[in-house]
Formats: sequence, structure tokens, C-alpha cells
Amino acid sequence: MALDRWIALVFLILCLVYGYTAFFVMDAGLPPFMQRNPIWPSSFPKILACLGVVVSLVVLLGFEKSDKGHVASDINYRRLHEYKLGQALTLIGAMVAYALLLRPIGFLAATFLFLVVGGLTLGERRYVLLAAIAAFATGVVWYLVQQVLGIFLSPLPSFLPHIL
Amino acid sequence: MLEGFLIGITTAFSITNILMVIGGCLIGTFIGMLPGLGPMSIIAIMIPVAITIGDPSAALILLAGVYYGAVFGGSTSSILINAPGVASTVATSFDGYPMARRGEAGKALTIAAIASFSGGTIGAILLMIFAPMLASVALLFHSAEYFALMVVGLSAIAAFAGTGQVGKALMMTILGLIMATVGEGALFNMPRFTMGIMDLQSGFNFITLAMAMFALPEAIYLVLDPARSKTKGDKDGGKISGLRITKAEAKAIAPVIGRQSIQGFLIGVLPGAGATIASFLGYAVERNLATKEEQKHFGHGSIKGLAAPETANNAASTGSFVPLLTLGIPGSGTTAILLGALIALNVTPGPRLMVDKPEVFWAVIVSMYLGNLILLILNLPLIPYIAKILAVPRTFLIPFILFFTLMGSYIGQNNSTELLILIGLGVCATVLRFADYPLAPLLIGFILGRMLEDNFARSMQLYDGVGFILERPMTLGLLILAGILVLLPSYRARRARMRARGIADGD
Repeated sequence: MALDRWIALVFLILCLVYGYTAFFVMDAGLPPFMQRNPIWPSSFPKILACLGVVVSLVVLLGFEKSDKGHVASDINYRRLHEYKLGQALTLIGAMVAYALLLRPIGFLAATFLFLVVGGLTLGERRYVLLAAIAAFATGVVWYLVQQVLGIFLSPLPSFLPHIL
Repeated sequence: MLEGFLIGITTAFSITNILMVIGGCLIGTFIGMLPGLGPMSIIAIMIPVAITIGDPSAALILLAGVYYGAVFGGSTSSILINAPGVASTVATSFDGYPMARRGEAGKALTIAAIASFSGGTIGAILLMIFAPMLASVALLFHSAEYFALMVVGLSAIAAFAGTGQVGKALMMTILGLIMATVGEGALFNMPRFTMGIMDLQSGFNFITLAMAMFALPEAIYLVLDPARSKTKGDKDGGKISGLRITKAEAKAIAPVIGRQSIQGFLIGVLPGAGATIASFLGYAVERNLATKEEQKHFGHGSIKGLAAPETANNAASTGSFVPLLTLGIPGSGTTAILLGALIALNVTPGPRLMVDKPEVFWAVIVSMYLGNLILLILNLPLIPYIAKILAVPRTFLIPFILFFTLMGSYIGQNNSTELLILIGLGVCATVLRFADYPLAPLLIGFILGRMLEDNFARSMQLYDGVGFILERPMTLGLLILAGILVLLPSYRARRARMRARGIADGD
């Protein structure tokens, strides 16, 4: 089964769960005065769940025929290992690490590390230039966002007092 | 009218006010380029500055300049790095980004600047002539018609996804609508589908979703396939060629600009519709009007496909001032913030504004011409420098795109869980892109979802059931149109197949 049909199957399951919640779970806690309304919080989700089931079945069972067969995507997922998959996964990992470290080590350190690690992963070997640009960009963005726009970014690690 | 216009000119052309427009446009353009900060947040940030100015005309002129600048700045990030920070520039990235990848970033930005200028200027002329009349037309549109209009918009987007793709596009639209129901809506005042996660209490954040659907998958694609990031510009040693548009291209986009200025303006007048719907509908309409040959280019760097949403969103931004200035009803989030600023400045917009404070009313209109002109003068010479961003080596460019994407959703929420949601959604979006699922319908479904449900609920309450569909002819007509739009492509494909088979059989 092609990837697009697997996705349609996952979407079908999602719609069934969503529909089950809308039809059987949500209305249980509805206060009596709201039950007299013509529209309930679950009304719109119920319609969406039904439409979703129909459309996902259309895609899953292949009712809609394409003229050209499979339209070639610009990246062929069946040969993903031939691309730079390792780099992509490392960068995704770096983003997750950035999200988790942003508060504990502060905006300035986390951003600097993220930009350096990102550059190194992609094959940049001019270390001094990379570090200099990362440090400069981190400083400029912090200054613009926090000092000029007034949005607090918690620049320093959480255990240090807020002196900036 | 002429007298009022003269008052406007004398007010707007004072040195302070000209400086206000220039300053506003500059600030708006630069902040608008950062994905994540749209016109709404920039205007909100600028309100304290505007209030300290004290003079309502000057303050409003400054804010209008910021607004226009931000709309233009938003299209720059859509075109260059496929990161639309504003809902109304999502449609710009459909054709603008492919153009930039082809090495025509300079041309794409020029077309965007000219289309924005024309849309804004024609919009301002229409505003001047029709403001009082249009206010009464806008009142004829009830929630039932808004609901139907949005259904038409969503069906049009799905229907134009291409042969064999309508089902997938509809699936994505419904997924977007489903995601819009997550969180606590104002309508029912109860959390829905939050799965007990506190961070989903207020629903998915628009900017997070936009970044996850467009910027992140694109960055991941750039990493996976290094050949993608080599635009034509690289081969010329980073020189941005083809900044000018040819006569033939100008001829091709002129009718698009003409039509979309008017259509965008009219949609902008409707409260609640605004620049986003105008840009999507503009794109869909122009695609449908184009010849078969031109239709193939849509989504792959068509100049018409770029000019249409850019014209429409600026014309609609101007149009959205009509209900604000004449009725005191803000038509969009941005004008709602402007209304707040006006009230803080002791000006009450409404039918009396034109009579009581003509200088404010007309100064704003004149400043629109001025703002558009200044944006054009400021931006055209800057375009080669802005487009140079693409010549940055990928080892620097990609980490920066990722960082700005992360920042975009972090600034708005100041919450690092938002970043994890962003990364999760971004990975899902990449998988969807592998399987050729169009991602734009998902985002459009999400943007319109809340409004769609609100209007649906309001109509249901007013008519005590689904009777409004039959009782309001315009609603019924629009819904039938939506149905036809969805079914037409598969009917056409089926007929074409039957015909092809007939010929093959020797028929």
C-alpha cells in the first residue's frame, strides 16, 4: 500500500475517534440549559467527523482516479536513505534539544549552541567564522526582541538572577 | 468630497505626518519580515508609541503605515524562505517561493511590490468613492451568507488542487477544520478535544501551524536534498538577475491586478472576511480564469498566481477600513486593534466620524496613497539586497531558517512546549508532503474553521435549526456553488477518460 493510503487510513482512524468523542462523550457533561439550544458544542465536530470518514474512504479505496497515476513527488520517500537523512534527523534532534534547553540554560546560550551545531551538522568547517556569526546573530536578535520590542526572552540560565 | 479630500491633503502632507508614514512603513516592513510577527502584533506593539503622539491623525497615519509595511514585509519572507508569518500571505508563497527557487527572487519581489502598490492604491480610490455606500451593502450579509461564503472558499481551494488530488485536498481541509475545533472557543466556553493537555487549552496557534506546514518541511527538504538549495542565482555568483519585468509580463498581470483590486476590496469591506479570504479567493479565481496552459504554471512560479493574492490582500486591507471608519465595526483582527487605538485617542469611529472629524477621516485616506507610494519607493531599490538572503551558503541559511521558525512560534507564546508542538507538526507535515498531500488546504481550513463554526452556530441559533439554508436564497446559491466546485473536477476527469476510451476503441 502506498504511503498516501496509509495516511488516509490513519486519518480514518482519527476521524472515528474524533467522531466517537463528539457523538458519545462530549454531550454527557452538557448542562441542561444548553441542551435546549439548536446547536451544541458537539454539532460541528459531528458534521466534520462524518465528512472526514467519507473523504478518507474515497482516498483509501482509490475512488478518485488520477490521470497520470502517481504524481512524482520531488523527493522519493521510498529511497529516503539515499538522501541526507542523517543530517535531517540530527537537525530535528537539535531543535528538540533547543526547545528543552531554552529555559534551563537561557536564550543566549541555547541559541548560540543551536546555530553552531546546525552549521557543523551541515558541514561548515570554518569554526571561527561560524562561532562569530552565531554569537553576533544571537546578540542582535536578543537585543531587537527584548530591548526594542519589549518581549522578555529569559536570556540567562534559570539559576542566575535576572540581571539583563 | 473634494473639500474633504483637500482637508486630508493638507493634514497628511505636513512634515510630521510624512515622517510618520515613512517611519511606519519602514518599521512595518522590517518587523513584518520576521516570520511570526504579523501586522496584528506589530500594530499592538506600536500602539503605546501612537498614543504618546497624541494627535489622532498623526497616530492613525503612523499605524496605517505600519500596517501596509507589515503586509508587504510578510510577503517577503513568504517569497524568500517559504515562511508566511501572516495568514494573508500564505497564498503568496504558492507561486512566489517557486519563483525564488528558480532564481527569480528579484522579479518575484518586484511583482509583489507593484501588485501591492496597485491593489492598495486602487483600493484607496474605491474607499474614497464608495465608503458610505458599501457600508450599507456590508450590513446585508448575515452570518448565514458568511458561512456559505467560507464553504465556497474552502471548496474552491480543494477543487483547484488538480486532477486526482481533490480527495486529498478535501481530507487536508477537514483535518484543518478538525484542528480548529481543538481548545476553548468563545462560543461555548468549554474546552473541546484538549486531551487534558493544558497547552492545548487555547487551541493550536496559527503561527505555529503555518511554520509547521510550510517553513519546517521546506527546510527539511533542503537538508535532505542539497541540490534543492542551489537556485539559479548561485550560478551567477549570487547576482540576482531579472529584476525587471518584461512588457509581456506586465501585460499578463495587468488584468489580474485590475480584477483583484476590485474583488479584494469588496471582500475586505465585508466584516469578518478580510485580507486572508480575499487572497485565497483571488488566487482561486485567477487560476480558474487562466488558460489551460497557464493553469499548469500555477503553483510552480506563475507570475499571475503571485500577483493575484498580493493585489487582493492589499486591496482588502484597504477595504477593511470601510466598516471601521463608517460603522465603527472592525472587520478583522488588525482593524479591531486599530479601533482600540482610536478609542484611546478619543476618536469614536462610526457614521458621525466623517461629519465630526473630517480631518481624521480624510487624512487616513490620503495617507493610504502616500503609504503605498512610499512603500514602493522604499522597497524597489532595496529588493536586490533583500533577495541576496538567498545567496547565503546553506550551512548558514538553513540553521537560521530553522531558528527563525522556532522564534516565530516562541515569541508569540513564550512557551517552550509550543516549540515541541511545532516540531511534531512539522515532521508530520513533511511525511504528508512525501505522499503528495497538499498542505495549504489544511492551513486554510484551520484559519477559517473558527469563523466558519461561529457563523454556522449563529445562523443555527437565529433560525432554530438548519432552516437558514432554505430560507436564505443567497446562502443556498453559494452552497450549491460549493458543491459544484467539489464535484466538477472528478466529473470532468471522468468524461475525459470516457472520451479517451471511446477514441481508443476506434469510436
